[in-house]
Amino acid sequence: MRWTKYLIWLAAAGAFYALTLALSGAGFISRFMLMTMVQICIYIIMALGLNLITGFTGQLSIGHAGFMSIGAYAAGFLASTYGGRVSAALTEALGGAGGAAVYYIFILATLAAGAFVAAAFGVLLGLPTLRLRGDYLAIATIGFGEIVRIVLLNTKALGASSGLPVKNSVGWTTAYWLMLLSVVLIYNFVNSSHGRACISIRENEIAAETMGINTTKYKVMAFALGAGLAGLAGGIYANHMYLIHPNSFNFLKSFEILVMVVLGGLGSITGCILGAVVMTVMNNALSAFPEMRMIVISVLLVVMMIFRPNGLMGTTELRLPFRRKAAGGKEDVTHGL
Amino acid sequence: MSAEFILQQLLIGISLGSIYALIALGYTMVYGIIQLINFAHGDVMMVGAYVGWYCVTSLHMPFLPALLTAMLACALLGVVIERVAYKPLRKSTRLAALITAIGMSFFLEYGMMFIVSPQTRTFPPVFPQTIYHIGPVIVKYGDIVIIAVTVVLMTLLTLVVKYTRIGKAMRAVSFDKDAAALMGINVNNVISATFAIGSALAAAAGVLVGVYYNTIGPLMGIMPGLKAFVAAVLGGIGIIPGAMLGGLVLGLTEVFVSAIGFSTWRDAGAFLILIIVLIVKPTGLLGRNTREKV
Repeated sequence: MRWTKYLIWLAAAGAFYALTLALSGAGFISRFMLMTMVQICIYIIMALGLNLITGFTGQLSIGHAGFMSIGAYAAGFLASTYGGRVSAALTEALGGAGGAAVYYIFILATLAAGAFVAAAFGVLLGLPTLRLRGDYLAIATIGFGEIVRIVLLNTKALGASSGLPVKNSVGWTTAYWLMLLSVVLIYNFVNSSHGRACISIRENEIAAETMGINTTKYKVMAFALGAGLAGLAGGIYANHMYLIHPNSFNFLKSFEILVMVVLGGLGSITGCILGAVVMTVMNNALSAFPEMRMIVISVLLVVMMIFRPNGLMGTTELRLPFRRKAAGGKEDVTHGL
Repeated sequence: MSAEFILQQLLIGISLGSIYALIALGYTMVYGIIQLINFAHGDVMMVGAYVGWYCVTSLHMPFLPALLTAMLACALLGVVIERVAYKPLRKSTRLAALITAIGMSFFLEYGMMFIVSPQTRTFPPVFPQTIYHIGPVIVKYGDIVIIAVTVVLMTLLTLVVKYTRIGKAMRAVSFDKDAAALMGINVNNVISATFAIGSALAAAAGVLVGVYYNTIGPLMGIMPGLKAFVAAVLGGIGIIPGAMLGGLVLGLTEVFVSAIGFSTWRDAGAFLILIIVLIVKPTGLLGRNTREKV
């Protein structure tokens, strides 16, 4: 039963992917739209990670852009430093097409490395600071994000304040499938016993501890996974955007991702996907009026907190109506893409 | 490093630290009463700087009336922010309140940017450019004003908190909100008063920053705001003398980090201090340990 369900969803995701390819091939999807779609994928991955930390585990982190920049710089540094040599060596050894295919695996490896480094930093930051509660943790994560930005601005090997140029080698295909992979990962994590432990920490930390849950362990686990996803998103960003700069991962970016999660629903996977899609589309649509965009976002956030403090979706998931009776139906991963 | 150099840096550090301390006081007072990190506080400071700038350039006011007008305007702004954005959330989760505060902060920043345009403005010189030589140390007129204004405001604040009815009510509310309400204290008014006083202090800091550094911009509140928060945490959040101490310590640290040649790392130093304090002694330098109750 479970596997047929997965296959159906895989087929749906594949069909959607084929549709986008066909549409962009036929010229209905412009390059700009495709770029927006890649951005949507990046932000969905980011939002999923933050939702795990803030929405499911209840730990407020406002330094998520810090993890993104760590992933971006790790992946970008590997790709820009070794990419040329690896590509040349592979072309020589395997010929043009074979070399390109293996080179793609190298790029995927840099993304994985970015995710891994970011996750390691998540553990590094999480172990000491997760003993802090609520506000204090939020402040510590802001501090962390700022420290990462300043360190990057001062590191000559990573381009310092002029940024790090990275070749564009990742496009819609990679972003799309990695995004789906992240959704499946988070969905399965949240619905596992680990995920339930995380949710119990959100609901009542003291009660969870009394029931024998090692709260520090699960908080660090959520932090590492969330940071790892942010690193993955950063890696995609680096390999897609031609140039990465420390200041594009500032407090504002962390805040935007938080808004996506809060808007969609703290503790709802479909909610945060919806939030990421809406926010990214709105950001791009209003990019000509930067002040207005921020005013709209901030007013939206304040009004939202006053009237629906758990976000539009709350903790509920979107489900297709005809699957409502099936136990634990998979959410619509292709929603809005 | 010569003794003169150290003394000179000490003076700059005290000036900078005074400004941080003024902003930190607002954070700490609000946190002491409603346990909310008022992220918009740094931006209230920015609004104060703009009001001061407007008074000086368009209304041709001297320094002191401009300072008082800015303080009054921001006191009002603080009360409005509290009533509109924070009051409806007093019973909700702290996460919701914190997110609202961040939203309010961005609203002030970009609302201001929308009104006055993103370009930075130059504050006209309101002080004589006199420089005094006290021994080997060069003292600018501005340094003296900053320190004097800070000392006067802090003394006033201490007197208000210690000896007036509203100060007593504030201490009661911060000690136990429900019990204070049962004793007939109008908690809403006390909270409004706290916001008014804190915002007025921030406005004073904003005008001082504008006068001292000559430029103001809509995003000028972010960094000093975050750092003042660091100062408040460093001294022990919710504790008024702690905010003063934290501000001075932070100002001095920053100046000395710059002085030994790491000026681009200055901000990282402040946040590193924050993380270390949070890990080692989250209650701050002057804080007492309280046990968490279920």
